[in-house]
Amino acid sequence: MKTCKLVLLLAAALPALALSVVSVQAQQQLLPGSNAKPAEPGKPAEDTVLTGSVTDESEWQDLGVAIPGFSTDRPVSTAAEGGSTDVLGKNLARVVFNDLKNNGLFKPTGPDQLPGIAYAEVAAPAFQGWRARNAEMLVQGFVKAADDGRLTVGCYLYDVALGQELARQGYVVRPDEWRRAAHKCADMVYSRLSGESPFFDSKIAYIAETGPKDHRRKQLAIMDSDGANHRFITNGQATALTPRYSPDYSRIAYLSYLNGNPRIYVYDIGTGQQHLVTQAKGPTFAPRWSPDGKYILYSMAIAGNTDIYRVPASGGESVRLTNTTGINVGGSYSPDGSKIVFESDRSGSQQVYVMNADGTNQQRISFFGARAATPEWSPRGDQIAFTYLGGNFRIAVMNPQGGGLRFLTDSWQDEAPSWSPNGRIIQFFRTERGSGRTAIWQVDLTGRNERKLKTPVDASDPAWGPVLP
Amino acid sequence: MRRRILSITVLASSLALAACASTPAALPPQPSGATTSTAGAQLPAPLPAGPVPGSQADFLASVLSDTIHFDTNLYTIDAESQGILQSQAQWLARNPGKSVTLEGHCDERGTRDYNIALGERRANAAKNYLVSLGVSGSRVTTVSYGKERPIALGSDEASWAKNRRAVTITVQ
Repeated sequence: MKTCKLVLLLAAALPALALSVVSVQAQQQLLPGSNAKPAEPGKPAEDTVLTGSVTDESEWQDLGVAIPGFSTDRPVSTAAEGGSTDVLGKNLARVVFNDLKNNGLFKPTGPDQLPGIAYAEVAAPAFQGWRARNAEMLVQGFVKAADDGRLTVGCYLYDVALGQELARQGYVVRPDEWRRAAHKCADMVYSRLSGESPFFDSKIAYIAETGPKDHRRKQLAIMDSDGANHRFITNGQATALTPRYSPDYSRIAYLSYLNGNPRIYVYDIGTGQQHLVTQAKGPTFAPRWSPDGKYILYSMAIAGNTDIYRVPASGGESVRLTNTTGINVGGSYSPDGSKIVFESDRSGSQQVYVMNADGTNQQRISFFGARAATPEWSPRGDQIAFTYLGGNFRIAVMNPQGGGLRFLTDSWQDEAPSWSPNGRIIQFFRTERGSGRTAIWQVDLTGRNERKLKTPVDASDPAWGPVLP
Repeated sequence: MRRRILSITVLASSLALAACASTPAALPPQPSGATTSTAGAQLPAPLPAGPVPGSQADFLASVLSDTIHFDTNLYTIDAESQGILQSQAQWLARNPGKSVTLEGHCDERGTRDYNIALGERRANAAKNYLVSLGVSGSRVTTVSYGKERPIALGSDEASWAKNRRAVTITVQ
């Protein structure tokens, strides 16, 4: 139901937009009304909404989405990129364009290929002209700067053929957060058209790699989901590996060889301080957060035997969850927190197991005649991504019972999948044979849309955080 | 490596100074180009060549090898590795004040977390063998570098075989 969908979307956004973004409801009053007729209530919308976790999106590949530069009521200087709200308007549309371009669902046309629009047009689209350009969907927006410097960004989605407004949202952001307004707009468009949850307004932690293969410098780094706002966190003096954002983005758990031994540290982004996840004699590695952020799973080797432990993120007693001979490592919670999927070689080779969150009822689920490693539970709960080790290292998915194996990539060495917040896209790193050079790649659940993420230097161990509130 | 050489030089010169103090009378001519300092022309010749007992250089000169190798995904100490570790245990018996660190390594054909665990398992397998030969466990620490520190840079079987290793480093 188109209207219901829209209402739900707005309602869901309401409580979350409190701090940096004024609530959508309040903001709607500021949005110029659209003269397009609203979507008819009660009209089924199956034709525009994807359902199921894996669907054939080929029909979507051709969905033309026009995104002209966002308009402004009057050019005002702003601290945001562009310096003036009229230039910023084009930058906003570029970010929306790049977000929508890179996920393989749409064929967007951006502000650099389109005429600009007048401010009055934002809420009153010239549908006839867009039809002539073969645009099926139209994203228009505006940006205004308040006296305190804050920006109000409006985002409208129109169905050109029907001459209908499908969705609108408004965001109030600080100038330095202007990209978030664009990501929220892209999220609105993506959600409304695909029926999927949003994911553009999110961040990625990863390891930046430089130097020759035998002296690799590995630094903890973070960036927005589109690679913007890149920042190195560690200086590379100590090798850093396998970062994981806490669900609220306030902390990053990662492995560091600080002081010579591999240990998990929890780095606080706000204070820049870090502490050991647990005081332990043995090496600790493979950190993972629980979905509610209250616990951290870690793996610890004692006398050569590795088991998985759980410790409160705030500190305290560790609980050992596995207890077998061999290597039990990693671990990824189901979205409801009731189960953990992990890797163990107790059978003689790396395989994927599922257990209850308290460690009981450990069951092997992978039986493919190859090794299977680094399982990660989808935020939607219905799929487990993992590294298939048989000849090439490939990113694959299976259901939580171990069935429905599907390969998503086939390269020499693809490794360490992690999910986009909406469970539609999997991020992993690819190592080049010989040189050892690494890069972060993304692939969607169909396996058809694969792309390399732009990073300043080589990159590995990517981990996606949730959509920002 | 640079650091090792440096420490050997420092040790050698302090020994030389000690020798100088006890035997000031029998001095050979100063080698030309020597720049050493306070004792000036009174310095003796360098001591006979050879690593300082207990040093890393002495360790390397005394043992069959500082490195043992492993098969893919395994941590078995085979006959060749046993011989190497026996020679290391003998050196440790001669140098009771010395400790060692065992570094465990893997080839690049493994996932990162698992390789850290596997490197730890390899280092511990080597440690356990040393302990079985009478070396106190308190003298042997382990650290795993997983696949982070390859020495052979190719992506081929020969390189991978070289990288699947445990290396014994003396703690100086």
